[in-house]
Amino acid sequence: MSASGAAATPQELKERIEAGIPGATAQVTGDGHHFNAVVSAPAFAGLSRIAQHRLVYDVFGLEVGDRIHALSIQTKESTA
Amino acid sequence: MSDETMNPMREQIQAAIEENPVILFMKGTPDQPMCGFSARTVAILQSVGQPFAAVNILPHPAIRQELSAISNWPTIPQLFVDGEFVGGCDIVTEMYQSGELQQALGLDAGPTEPAPEPQPAEPAPLSIENRL
Repeated sequence: MSASGAAATPQELKERIEAGIPGATAQVTGDGHHFNAVVSAPAFAGLSRIAQHRLVYDVFGLEVGDRIHALSIQTKESTA
Repeated sequence: MSDETMNPMREQIQAAIEENPVILFMKGTPDQPMCGFSARTVAILQSVGQPFAAVNILPHPAIRQELSAISNWPTIPQLFVDGEFVGGCDIVTEMYQSGELQQALGLDAGPTEPAPEPQPAEPAPLSIENRL
């Protein structure tokens, strides 16, 4: 895992989402503990909302709820 | 491995999900939510007039661990309807605003409104932590 002990930043989350989900673009805001991510990706096509959100949560694994205290997600399909 | 068959807490959580048509796992209680996301989800269910069972996961950290293993979902709250995982606060909010939540609950979808602010709640009809 690339996570360090340092506080998470919106920029870090954005980069990791975009690296972790092919073709994704993310807008992330947050205060180091609570974050909100708006994510668009072609990979969301045909997936349920739950499955879309899981793709985003899976980028961070066990860090969600721990180092990343809260992560709100809105997902949008985008064309490749 | 045997962890699914030999885990009483996971079985009790699974049973609670199956026995309650609408059940919310949350931080705190509907009367006293301990997290804004839980409070918002409670407020939505109350605003559509949906009775629901509620489980406070805070007294027993193992509930959260087992629940997330069942649902494959990392955050709290988690709403289940008819034994199916529906989502957390973000998804419930989106579904409420689009009317999908009311459909999933078998309610008439009223006019779409902004998500309601948390209000003082009715007592939870169920607290399974007493059994855990």
